[in-house]
Amino acid sequence: MIDPSETPSGKLVPGKSILVLDNVSVSFDGFKALNALSFVVMSGEMRAVIGPNGAGKTTMMDVITGKTRPDQGKVIFRDYHDLTRLDEPRIANLGIGRKFQKPTVFEALTVLDNLWMALKANRRIRAMFTFTLSSANRARIEEVLEVTGLTALRDDLAGGLSHGQKQWLEIGMLLVQDPDLLLVDEPVAGMTDAETEATATLLRTIAKSHSVVVVEHDMEFVRALDVPVTVLHEGSVLADGSLDTVQRNEAVIEVYLGR
Amino acid sequence: MNFIRTFLAGLLVVLAAAMATPAPVSAGELEDRVKALDAKNFAGKGKAIEALEALADPAALPVLRAMQEGLLFREKATKRIVIGVKAARSFEIFDALSGEALGVVKKRKLKKISVNNRLRGRLRLAIGALALTSGDAAARSSAAKALVKDADPTILPALDRALAREQEVEVAAVMGVARAAIQAKGGEKSARLAAISALEGVLDREVMVVLGTLSQAANEPDAEIRALATETLAATEASGRYYGMLETLFFGVSLGSVLLLAAIGLAITFGVMGVINMAHGEMIMLGAYTTYVIQQVFPGAIEYSLAIAVPVAFLVSGAVGVVLERSVIRFLYGRPLETLLATFGISLVLQQAVRSIFSPLNRSVITPDWMSGALEVNAALSLTYNRLTIIIFTFVLLLMIAALLRYSSFGLRMRAVTQNRAMASAMGIRTNWVDALTFGFGSGIAGIAGVALSQLTNVGPNLGQQYIVDSFMVVVFGGVGNIWGTTLGAMTLGIANKVMEPWSGAVLGKILILVFIILFIQKRPSGMFALKGRAAEN
Amino acid sequence: MSATNISLRLLGNDTGARVFLAAIIALTVLVPILNVAVPPDSPFHVPTYAVSLFGKYLCFALLALSVDLIWGFCGILSLGHGAFFAIGGYAIGMYMMREIGPRGVYGHPELPDFMVFLNWTELPWFWLGFDMFWFAAAMVVVAPGLLAFVFGWLAFRSRVSGVYFSIISQAMTYALMLAFFRNDMGFGGNNGLTDFKDILGFNLQANATRITLFVFSGVALIGAFALCRFIVASKMGRVLIAIRDAEARARFVGYRTDMYKLFVFSVSAVLAGIAGALYVPQVGIINPGEFSPLKSIEIVVWVALGGRGTLYGAVLGAISVNALKSYFTALAPEIWLFLLGGLFVLVTVALPRGLVGLRGQLARRRANSGALKPKLAERDPAS
Repeated sequence: MIDPSETPSGKLVPGKSILVLDNVSVSFDGFKALNALSFVVMSGEMRAVIGPNGAGKTTMMDVITGKTRPDQGKVIFRDYHDLTRLDEPRIANLGIGRKFQKPTVFEALTVLDNLWMALKANRRIRAMFTFTLSSANRARIEEVLEVTGLTALRDDLAGGLSHGQKQWLEIGMLLVQDPDLLLVDEPVAGMTDAETEATATLLRTIAKSHSVVVVEHDMEFVRALDVPVTVLHEGSVLADGSLDTVQRNEAVIEVYLGR
Repeated sequence: MNFIRTFLAGLLVVLAAAMATPAPVSAGELEDRVKALDAKNFAGKGKAIEALEALADPAALPVLRAMQEGLLFREKATKRIVIGVKAARSFEIFDALSGEALGVVKKRKLKKISVNNRLRGRLRLAIGALALTSGDAAARSSAAKALVKDADPTILPALDRALAREQEVEVAAVMGVARAAIQAKGGEKSARLAAISALEGVLDREVMVVLGTLSQAANEPDAEIRALATETLAATEASGRYYGMLETLFFGVSLGSVLLLAAIGLAITFGVMGVINMAHGEMIMLGAYTTYVIQQVFPGAIEYSLAIAVPVAFLVSGAVGVVLERSVIRFLYGRPLETLLATFGISLVLQQAVRSIFSPLNRSVITPDWMSGALEVNAALSLTYNRLTIIIFTFVLLLMIAALLRYSSFGLRMRAVTQNRAMASAMGIRTNWVDALTFGFGSGIAGIAGVALSQLTNVGPNLGQQYIVDSFMVVVFGGVGNIWGTTLGAMTLGIANKVMEPWSGAVLGKILILVFIILFIQKRPSGMFALKGRAAEN
Repeated sequence: MSATNISLRLLGNDTGARVFLAAIIALTVLVPILNVAVPPDSPFHVPTYAVSLFGKYLCFALLALSVDLIWGFCGILSLGHGAFFAIGGYAIGMYMMREIGPRGVYGHPELPDFMVFLNWTELPWFWLGFDMFWFAAAMVVVAPGLLAFVFGWLAFRSRVSGVYFSIISQAMTYALMLAFFRNDMGFGGNNGLTDFKDILGFNLQANATRITLFVFSGVALIGAFALCRFIVASKMGRVLIAIRDAEARARFVGYRTDMYKLFVFSVSAVLAGIAGALYVPQVGIINPGEFSPLKSIEIVVWVALGGRGTLYGAVLGAISVNALKSYFTALAPEIWLFLLGGLFVLVTVALPRGLVGLRGQLARRRANSGALKPKLAERDPAS
């Protein structure tokens, strides 16, 4: 297996691609969820992916994170790793973090434990018999608690949080995991307007030092992010460019925006 | 097929000589000839035996058999020829021909009609020839079979006469085989060669022994005959292996049917409701006990008992299933592991209940006559009627279930609930009743399986436990929620079990199958027919 | 501040665990004293047979603990844990068979009686070494651990989980039962291993030996409890709970969940094996019946009744169910299965948190009914 330490690394390498999807197809019982999808994310870029239901957005995330094996095609991370051959934990440890559409946190653990688990650290079994945090990590967790507004709830069980708080906790877990590439699936679903705005601000901050792919339905949010947009339709790219360009595209209007 | 050729040859002989029926024998003549057996010397006795044989009257058979065994006597006082059976120090005597009991006499009142070895051989021949004239087809058939073993060309004329008279095609075929076996052993070379060829494909152990003897240089000087015998034997053995394989396959399919019967209800409840029903085996047990009770209640209707038991067992087990679902399982949806534990507890209760009501001993369920016996295709392949019935029954039931699931409104609702419970509920399907009925349906099928199993194994409180692990293996192997997957899984496991049995033993075979399944799910963790895509995630 | 939050000490704020530990330690110390120092006519005297009975319960408690570690904390419901228990028992049983030496019924210097009976002339290779205690003791740990490792590796790697895992583990113990029932497996077939004489040279019937075995069982239970506490209180424990509740999510955070499950499953199997090894000398027999699926599933009910995910609940459940079992099988054996079956249903339907969760459950119900009343009143303006 590939040892991450021997491979090209570094958060941001400007001008290089961090993720390349090359001709990726996935089908379920004859239904083509992804159809020869090709797609590049540059290092340090934040990109929004939009598309109607069934366009293949979530399947794309599944393929990148190793949950689904594509029938054909390659997914290259940092010009080196073919993600289609790796499983979820290996991909996560290479530096790809994912936030799910439906917030999934560890409900029987406290907020603090959730962050402790997600914290970037050695994931080997023998590293698990510890009871304390280093001061640097403690500071990092405190900082994230502050950013996500969960400081007061740190000892509550995550299962008791509201929907919005769970969303924040999951974002917080992504932050402490500190991946090079973040895949964020509908981060503002179920959030209030104020929260949505705060999330947009947070994502823009994160994007300064990370590469980010955001899947979103909410056009206002995409506009607030102010990033290049890729439109998926029936498992392949229909158009990309700025939100305004995309919105003027005839094909896009027809399948998605033209109502 | 050579078997058929032999068969036809025998048939032709029968038709060609059908007219030669023996003249009826007068009772007095028979009696006289029996009396003649008590000749002064062995030569006279030999003549008398021949004369008796020439009458071709099966009534003389008991006399000759008694003589062969040294039980034929002359009563000194009456000069009657009697059969004596030793009782304490005296003999119980019977009239030699009529079999009428004549009381008990002292030994000294009797004079034994002695025989020597030469006479014994002569008697055997006469008995063989006479048995061929018996009025009972089965007796004629076994007499002909016996001739294959210790054949003697001297019997050929008698055999030919019997063959000429024979009306039963099957018996004639056996006689034809016996004739060929005798001819193969000696006589004119061309006749021997023809006889050996005629024996090809006859799957009788004794015939193969004859061929085996002829193929050895020590027994047979003629190289041509040896070569032909060797070749014929090889062909026969190959055909034997073929039929042996067919028989293994039959046993495999029959075991597969049993597994399928046991597992199909499980597959439905697991597939539709996600419920692991550990009490499923006990539903089978209830079905088997229902059969037992019905036979006890209607002792005069054993022939129809199974036909009554099938619907009753479905209702009994089904009702228990519905009660179970409404009282326990519905509180546990979405918690499969807890359901597993609760249903296991229920299985313990049901087992103990049966033990308390019917005693812990096995109960015997009678097999109706029409299911007893076997369809004997040939010596290497016989299909027992009970297994044959179960195979056919299983497939009919399978088609009915498939049709029910596919075309009935209950089936439609059930599939709707399987695919999207929330949506089905929103469309006005009463999902809780679909659940209860589905569970009842799966349990009812288990009850029917119990009726079938009562014909194959002992009916006891542990009946269900014997099948539960295997049923789970079928479901795991075949995949969940697909009755064709379950069918294929059951058949594969059934056949694999039976194929492995001869060289690994039943227990080791079973262990190997379990190991195989554990390895199999490495490749296909959710069985052969797994659901794919988003639907599989929940 | 946060350091203290995260660093839960071994017994930190867990009253149940503290009470439990105190009780087990007291039992381990008191029972031998009450047996040896108190005269037999005193009402406080504990007869030797009771010492062995309690020792048996402690072994079952250890077994229940091993199941709770994987089921309560990692969500792995093994229906085959009896197999590891039995294998541990067989390992020590083989040692004790060898120790009989020429004192067997047939008087063969080396072969156990059942092998002489089967006309075997030499020891099978897998019996070699079992004349040495250290080797047998090592096997008590290695054999169940290795089986669990191989089985778990196959199962977890291919992501067999939930009920599928349960069924497969049941099939495993069922297959082993069939295998051990065979005479030619070389483990005594039907009758198993029995007629033991002594262990490490001490007579198994002697009072002192029985008390020592009891004390060892108590010490093993306490040790295992400490080990399990250590595992679940460390970061490892958090990962296990995360896997229990959302295994897929834990993978996306970068945990190789199959390895974690394999680790904890193997540890649990070793504990079960040790329990079996302590059990067999105290009851004097080990036979293939211990592999039966029923035995394994019974263990699960002990844990469920006591309350899973607490460790001490498992111990409580094991001891109380077995005390009930001893009582009823002596009194009215036919009632016992009804009762056990009823227990399964009761626990799953009415006591999801088991006995130790009963107080919390009642408190919550009281709180709920209290909270419900004003709501109902609100809805009905007429009242």
